[in-house]
Amino acid sequence: MSESDVAIRARGLTKTFGSLVAVDHVDLTAPRKQIYGFLGPNGSGKSTSIRMLCGLLTPSQGEIEVLGLKIPAQAEVLRQRIGYMTQQFSLFSDLTVRENLEFLAAVQNVPGNKARSRIDDLLDEYHFQGRSGQLAGTMSGGQKQRLALAGAVIHEPELLFLDEPTSAVDPESRRDFWEKLFELTDAGTTILVSTHYMDEAERCHRLAILDRGRLVADGTPAELTGALKGRTLLVESANQRQARECLLSVPGVISAAQIGNSLRILTDGQGEGTAVQQKLQQALDNAEPGAHITPIAASLEDVFVSATHREAGDNAALAAAEPPR
Amino acid sequence: MNWRRLYAVLIKEFRQMRRDRMTLAMIVGIPIMQLALFGYAINLNLRNLPAAIADQSKTSASRQFVMDMLATEVIEPVMPAQSPDQLMGMLRRGEISVGVVIPYDYERRLALGQEAVQILVDGSDTVVQSAAQQLAQIPVGEPPPETDIALPDRQTTVPLPERPISIVAFYNPQRVSAINIVPGLIGIILTMTMVMFTSVAIVRERERGNMELLIATPISRAELMIGKVLPYGLIGLVQTSLILLLGVVLFSVPIRGSLLDVYIAALLLILANLAMGLLISTRAQSQFQAMQMTFFVFLPSILLSGFMFPFDGMPKAAQWLAEILPLTHFLRLIRGIMLRGANILELWPDLVALLGFVVVMMTLAILRFRKRLD
Repeated sequence: MSESDVAIRARGLTKTFGSLVAVDHVDLTAPRKQIYGFLGPNGSGKSTSIRMLCGLLTPSQGEIEVLGLKIPAQAEVLRQRIGYMTQQFSLFSDLTVRENLEFLAAVQNVPGNKARSRIDDLLDEYHFQGRSGQLAGTMSGGQKQRLALAGAVIHEPELLFLDEPTSAVDPESRRDFWEKLFELTDAGTTILVSTHYMDEAERCHRLAILDRGRLVADGTPAELTGALKGRTLLVESANQRQARECLLSVPGVISAAQIGNSLRILTDGQGEGTAVQQKLQQALDNAEPGAHITPIAASLEDVFVSATHREAGDNAALAAAEPPR
Repeated sequence: MNWRRLYAVLIKEFRQMRRDRMTLAMIVGIPIMQLALFGYAINLNLRNLPAAIADQSKTSASRQFVMDMLATEVIEPVMPAQSPDQLMGMLRRGEISVGVVIPYDYERRLALGQEAVQILVDGSDTVVQSAAQQLAQIPVGEPPPETDIALPDRQTTVPLPERPISIVAFYNPQRVSAINIVPGLIGIILTMTMVMFTSVAIVRERERGNMELLIATPISRAELMIGKVLPYGLIGLVQTSLILLLGVVLFSVPIRGSLLDVYIAALLLILANLAMGLLISTRAQSQFQAMQMTFFVFLPSILLSGFMFPFDGMPKAAQWLAEILPLTHFLRLIRGIMLRGANILELWPDLVALLGFVVVMMTLAILRFRKRLD
């Protein structure tokens, strides 16, 4: 990737709050004009990372370059060129839709003569026709989130930071929202979006998986799932609970998640695919005769489980080591 | 300084204020309530104390004395009584605060120059006690009456001067304290509301997450701070006008100096308090903390500024402390202007002190405010 194609580059990004390491030596490279996703559970350091990248938090360690600017030193210059949508709805709930946009247009230095037509366009584009006089606080979750996005792009920024933008909206609003995001990237905007939804993560051009402050996987969704080839299996049986218990005791099985009438198995990838399948079939024959095993394609959820499983193992060991209360 | 951004913040604040009914109500409600409280309710010159009079003499002279006493309106007879014993019982039971005994030989005692009237007082209330002292100074005939009090348990002796002073001259209910209080009240109300409104307004934006959005935009610290403060400054001037108007209409408070000087002094206090509110807001983590810190400033202001207690009567250390409170200087200014008709420039030391306070506080607030979350 040549330098001009990179929107965000971070090396050894670290943030500590007291003794808590919120972000731990994260390296990132986000290309321009794409949607770059941060996937991770709550508390994995997604928000902290985003805040450091847009200059709101000072990193404890590491280097950041965003749109060719050194952050946090040049954060003030960067602020003219980015849009930021916070996790919590942060527009003014006691201002109307139009008043909020008017305020943001002025604060973001949109020239006065341009601002009016820009606001009218946004009201139209984001489906606020007839609602421009409504107080922002009285709108639904999906509407608030659309308004927040309209506010974040009012000055047509090159780079957009979206911190869990869809955590409080229904699936249909989420779909509409992502359509807007793709329209923006088509127009040349780079987007960094954090999420804990797998289906949203799958829509990203590129993805970083964070777990407890650490970067555990990084790549395109296809690369990430492709790396798990042969490690995911589907088990159909009469009694899933029994089958699950049996399979979890087989060495090499990382997880067995019940999906409706079947079990989704993730293995550690040791050994040849068919051999592993045979090993599992043998184990099942004793406990759950008639169970049927088929290989299936890996999903991002499998990637996530596989990437975080080592950590989870540490966690279990820690919990076991803890003295009983 | 980008004027368009500053203007945008101003407009935003006014729009939000217009929709915040609670704040709107407080802007008008606090001055009216305080003015009514201090002007009417809190009156250290007591009147209509419940009393009983045991007139054992029943002569025209004793009746005249009773009439004189009632004319002061300090006491109000609430029940009949025949003997000192009865009065003591009533006092003990709290039915009356003052009992008056006029003995059988009232006229003879007067003629001999002996103590002629006894006033029994509920000494447990010092305010009542001092009111009774005033009552005892009613002139009675030629030789002045002397009073003495002997009560079991809550008893008190009221020492009286040798020569009775006419109570009419001494106790004048028309000289209510409102005239002294109203100018000071402008300062009290501005200190309370201005510090609170600004500190809470900014902390609220932080709590609601608005601040995170704002600091991620190119808006400058000064634009944000000044834009926040100016609308409240205007509110402060509205409050000042309201108190002045009510003070003049209800209590006939004089404005002997120039009205412009009054507003200049008020504006300086407003700015000082707004700057203080901003400074608090850079520290406070929650609206509750902001309120706490506001009261931390407000209480010493009320107690030490000279509003409640005379400044000169305070110990030196308290006086020094009071000198760093803007309200102290404002009180000197406003009393000088409104009551003594002084020109604001004649009071320059306090003018300079207030100005200095505004500059220092505002600078500190802007410097302390960071466009960062850490």
